[in-house]
Amino acid sequence: MSTTNSRIDRRFAALKAEGRAGLVAFITAGDPDHDTCLDLLKGLPGAGADLIELGMPFTDPMADGPAIQASTLRALAAGARMTRTLDLVKAFREGDADTPIILMGYYNPVYAYGVDRFLADAKTAGVDGLIVVDLPPEEDGELCLPAQAAGVNFIRLATPTTDKARLPAVLANTSGFIYYVSIAGITGAGSATSDAIAAAVAHLRSGTDLPVAVGFGITTPQGAADVARVADAAVVGSAIVRRLEANLDADGKAKPGLVPDVLGFVGQLAAGVRGARK
Amino acid sequence: MSLNTYRAGPDEHGHFGIYGGRFVAETLMPLILDLEKAYTAAKDDPAFKAEMGYYLNQYVGRPSKLYFAERLTNELGGAKIYLKREELNHTGAHKINNCIGQILLAKRMGKTRIIAETGAGQHGVATATVCALFGLPCTIYMGEVDIARQQPNVFRMKLLGAEVKPVTSGSRTLKDAMNEALRDWVTNVGDTFYIIGTTAGPHPYPALVRDFQSIIGHEVREQMVAMEGRLPDTLVACIGGGSNALGLFYPFLDDADVAMVAVEAAGHGIETGAHAASLTGGRPGVLHGNRTYLLQDEDGQILEGHSISAGLDYPGIGPEHSWLHDVGRVTYVSATDTEALDAFQRLSKVEGIIPALESSHALAEVIRRAPTLPKDHLMVVNLSGRGDKDIFTVARELGVSL
Repeated sequence: MSTTNSRIDRRFAALKAEGRAGLVAFITAGDPDHDTCLDLLKGLPGAGADLIELGMPFTDPMADGPAIQASTLRALAAGARMTRTLDLVKAFREGDADTPIILMGYYNPVYAYGVDRFLADAKTAGVDGLIVVDLPPEEDGELCLPAQAAGVNFIRLATPTTDKARLPAVLANTSGFIYYVSIAGITGAGSATSDAIAAAVAHLRSGTDLPVAVGFGITTPQGAADVARVADAAVVGSAIVRRLEANLDADGKAKPGLVPDVLGFVGQLAAGVRGARK
Repeated sequence: MSLNTYRAGPDEHGHFGIYGGRFVAETLMPLILDLEKAYTAAKDDPAFKAEMGYYLNQYVGRPSKLYFAERLTNELGGAKIYLKREELNHTGAHKINNCIGQILLAKRMGKTRIIAETGAGQHGVATATVCALFGLPCTIYMGEVDIARQQPNVFRMKLLGAEVKPVTSGSRTLKDAMNEALRDWVTNVGDTFYIIGTTAGPHPYPALVRDFQSIIGHEVREQMVAMEGRLPDTLVACIGGGSNALGLFYPFLDDADVAMVAVEAAGHGIETGAHAASLTGGRPGVLHGNRTYLLQDEDGQILEGHSISAGLDYPGIGPEHSWLHDVGRVTYVSATDTEALDAFQRLSKVEGIIPALESSHALAEVIRRAPTLPKDHLMVVNLSGRGDKDIFTVARELGVSL
């Protein structure tokens, strides 16, 4: 069922060959505005992001903490729409054929767009994978199976509540990589201990050969390095979004210097990840 | 569509037709599977039923009366109107029926902390009440906007020992309170039980809440047969998420001669866009764990509902209602803020009963419909809550300063 030799597969194979873990950087599509977001997106690979998660804005982000809630509402207020999100990916792809882009979000905007139309347009734009928070294995017929059939990876979340009995169901129709949510909670909340993460990654590896990325609660280069020692990739979202937020004026508009400042922070995270196993 | 029964749903995946389901984050998935297992076991356990029966009778005060509203009937000059007096329950609304059921389930599952969302505050008060009764700590999420318009219920919850957490995200009403409760649940998976207040959310909640509320319809059935020697002709109830309506309707779904009318909140009028009528003005989507009719824009972003009644101000509706709507078993209509306000005052003056603004929407439909029907037509309206909590809102609308 897995989509082999996708851009995501190739990227993880390359990271393995380099003997290091990857950095997955998250930003929200259209935050703080379309053009600034595109500049950020284009700059992420150069700053050291190995994969990019691009958030699809939604009014009701039930699994997200305050930072990403605010980010998604800023994007919507600035005119974000699904078509515009796909435009960002298309524009990014014109200059980058290798860095995987994963769209992350909630199901309703995809459902409203129409699943078949969404998959066709996403594939054409250059989207490689999907993470949809409110689609557990029990709802695989909705988007997961059609995505795999369309050649788009569907990346599942495993969590601290995913026990041995449930793990096979979570792994069954997953491709690209597994995203381990290291805490029971929302994005940007507390963080798990290195030991707990190592144990969880080992638990996942017992059931799959897919790469394991770990996210939730990673806020510093050091934290990213700790994860990079035991997992195949570290995912950072809220911390990057908070850095963006710190570069907004009182009206929520981008201040000059936002893009280099955020990319500089991503560079520090990347340095943490790249130095972790030395 | 013709079916042998309208009471078979949901299927094992929690679907009513295409509606319902389990659209939740993976972290919550094992929890709702556990809940389903625990509920399936409890449902058939005589000890659980006996315990529920005890509290519903001794603590809530059930059965609630089915009262013949003679003066209102005479004024309207048509159908014979009966009020199902859910507003006489302890805490003043139907919400407590469900809370008793869920807290007993929480106890069975060994959970030690309760969370809930609330709009008008009736479900929050009912939840805080059962938590006091069973000595469990409880956190209630309530939108800032709702807190401002439902002050008496906020104070009530605090008196009962609950922590009321104001929700400042999004539209700061019921939908955002539900988002925040889900965020709490996903963070506190080990010890926390989420008492959802209506027939919505991920499976098994819609079925579980419906079953706990069905005592309303079961009682009406017995009471009407005892009083009139036959079943009612029409049932009327207001609908936000839909628990009081489904509680009344469900036991009658397979009685083909019983008509059912559910009344959504039309706010300032459907045509203005400022309403909370998901079935009349929305389309199917996925939110809060289930597929159902939602108020949303063309991009799938959720729109804010509007109703004078905080309890109906929700952009969705329970999935079983979406299905009953599509198969045509229940008729869904709407009433505006103004119609509800008129009905609120009319019942107060004519019957000496101050209804909740939510229930006033159902009464508005009764006022429209009853005069067109013959005098032997038996109409039951669910008086789902009392209006004491609403007097400040109503006074403001009427330009009276208290």
